[in-house]
Amino acid sequence: MSLWIIDKSAMATFVANVMGDYRVVGPKAKGPQFAFDEIEDPAELRLDYNTSILPPKKYFQPQEERLMTFKRNGDSAPEAVIEAEATVIFGVHTCDLHAMRVLDQAFTQNFPDAHYLTRRRQALLIGIECLEPCDEHSFCKSMGTLTISEGYDLHLTDLGDVYAVDVGSEEGLTLLKTYSDARLATESDMQQLNRALSAKWPRFPYKLELDVDELPALMSQSYNNPIWETLAEKCLACGTCNIVCPTCFCFNVYDEVDLNLENGERSRRWDSCMLDVFARVAGGENFREQRSARLRHRFMRKGLYLVERYKHLGCVGCGRCARLCLADISPINVFNELHE
Amino acid sequence: MTQIAEELLYLPVMAKVLEVESLTELEKLFLIQLPDGHSLGNAPGQFVEVSLFGIGEAPISVSSSPSRSNGAFELCIRRVGDLTNALHTLQPGDTVGIRGPFGHGFSLEKMKGKDILFAAGGLGLAPLRSLINQVLDERGSFGRVIILYGTKQPKEILFKEELQEWADRKDVEFHLTVDRGDETWRGNVGVITTLFSKIALNSRNTVAAICGPPIMYRFVLMELMGKGIPETQIYLSLERRMKCGVGKCGHCQINNLYCCLDGPVFKYSQIKGVEEAL
Ligand SMILES: Cc1cc2nc3c(=O)[nH]c(=O)nc-3n(C[C@H](O)[C@H](O)[C@H](O)COP(=O)(O)OP(=O)(O)OC[C@H]3O[C@@H](n4cnc5c(N)ncnc54)[C@H](O)[C@@H]3O)c2cc1C
Ligand code: SF4
Ligand code: SF4
Ligand code: FES
Repeated sequence: MSLWIIDKSAMATFVANVMGDYRVVGPKAKGPQFAFDEIEDPAELRLDYNTSILPPKKYFQPQEERLMTFKRNGDSAPEAVIEAEATVIFGVHTCDLHAMRVLDQAFTQNFPDAHYLTRRRQALLIGIECLEPCDEHSFCKSMGTLTISEGYDLHLTDLGDVYAVDVGSEEGLTLLKTYSDARLATESDMQQLNRALSAKWPRFPYKLELDVDELPALMSQSYNNPIWETLAEKCLACGTCNIVCPTCFCFNVYDEVDLNLENGERSRRWDSCMLDVFARVAGGENFREQRSARLRHRFMRKGLYLVERYKHLGCVGCGRCARLCLADISPINVFNELHE
Repeated sequence: MTQIAEELLYLPVMAKVLEVESLTELEKLFLIQLPDGHSLGNAPGQFVEVSLFGIGEAPISVSSSPSRSNGAFELCIRRVGDLTNALHTLQPGDTVGIRGPFGHGFSLEKMKGKDILFAAGGLGLAPLRSLINQVLDERGSFGRVIILYGTKQPKEILFKEELQEWADRKDVEFHLTVDRGDETWRGNVGVITTLFSKIALNSRNTVAAICGPPIMYRFVLMELMGKGIPETQIYLSLERRMKCGVGKCGHCQINNLYCCLDGPVFKYSQIKGVEEAL
């Protein structure tokens, strides 16, 4: 829409001003790592973070969230609970912005889901362009998520002493104008931005041994590949890969009753298709009993099923699952082995 | 697809249990009425999500046919776990939470003018009964009506009085079998596929609707294929774990299909190459 420039030294004021009217979240140091968390002091915001343990997805689909409250006795109807707060999320990497498009589709298509959408509508996303690879596990360039041209309200690129701010929505523009002293970019700012963007490209390796557009076709031919058995021998079926993935959105639903047995709540929690009980029905039948079948299902979702349904790949190459997998299972290696 | 205001997607309405009838040791039939005289507006083969607050929610097929709704609907529920056991303690006048109807049911219009073959195993009769009675209430629009029903033992047979009515009708061909008989059993003994030898089918003009335990599908399909019934004329209702009923929670996936959205009723041609389906 339009390109603006904000001084790095003015960022703290921008963040502080926004904090006056919004909950502000962003990457913060957490020991040697980084995590998205509420910003209480603008100095905590670490836009130079490499990657976060969990993706910012948690602000739209929290690990656990109440769906309704109810009374155990009597015939009174349950009451819907939708907890949403006007929020500005700073520092979302482009892989995670791509992942949001999958979630947006999933929670909008067929039956719109107010719990997700209410929070989504009350949030502004401020992206930040990665200029260096975060570590050896990521493969965003391979998945086509190394950059993005939409899906954010504002998008920052580090140009040394200043950030270039690309405006992606009217709301973003209003936020920028209301809370910051950013100025419109000049011709020379634009040239500097273009130089930075083209200079970053060679720094990122393309790790996929095929064109990413061919991935869905590869996956659809790989259903009976022996790789699923081989991987299943290493995989612990711990579900960590699902928990940290920015495009995983499956959940389970639980009822809880408080100690006086009168009031309770129904909530949903993240769930994992890698866990043994995920597809088990009453009567004992388990439709994905084999670990290999569950691994295959997870990868088929990432490389095929989600594209078919939501038009976006289910793997954005963030590397989070590979970083934490005790069995060293990384999607990029799986895709490449399938290609061999 | 039914439209639901987004903030009400997961919120059940409080419905009243009007009648409870014990059908077998394990199954009870519940007659349920929505508040404010709302009709459920279901198609045969669709399901509702049934809640008891503090215990949980489960998908249950609507067992009554829309043609006999009278402002209420029936659920035939087998007790197998936490929620279904608790549902079995309900009395007339009690309330349950209901969401739905959800899912794709049977395409009644595509069945008109055709011979209809129903094959139900065990509790699979519960969802098929909705379609059977709908067909019988529009009897003139269909060709032959053939109903095959099998259970493990005589004591598991559901809807005995209704089965007798079907058996007594001249325009219904009804065959019942049990895997194992008992002292008093005088009928057929053998799995449901043994009933196929008793019927001759005009295969091109026959539509089949099947529902039963997972093991049954393969064998019944083999019989139907053997008789030359086209894959596009075979409907199956599948069961999967479901935690939302609306295509979000992911539990009900069958490869790239969502049982709750794309099913539970599928055409065989739709799931033939889908490895996790059968
Ligand atoms: C589309 C559809 C239509 C259906 N229609 C009908 C119908 O018309 N009538 C009907 O009776 N049923 C129907 N069902 C099945 C019904 O939904 C289940 O029987 C019901 O969900 C069981 O819930 P529950 O809480 O009673 O059992 P649960 O308590 O959930 O469990 C039942 C059994 O499975 C075991 N189990 C389940 N989960 C776990 C776990 N995580 N770990 C260990 N063990 C576990 C339990 O030990 C228990 O023995 C239908 C299902 C679908 C999908
Ligand atoms: S994180 Fe690794 S070991 Fe754990 S379930 Fe995923 S692939 Fe298997
Ligand atoms: S599958 Fe792994 S690398 Fe791909 S988006 Fe999910 S967490 Fe990131
Ligand atoms: S039951 Fe939740 S996705 Fe189908």
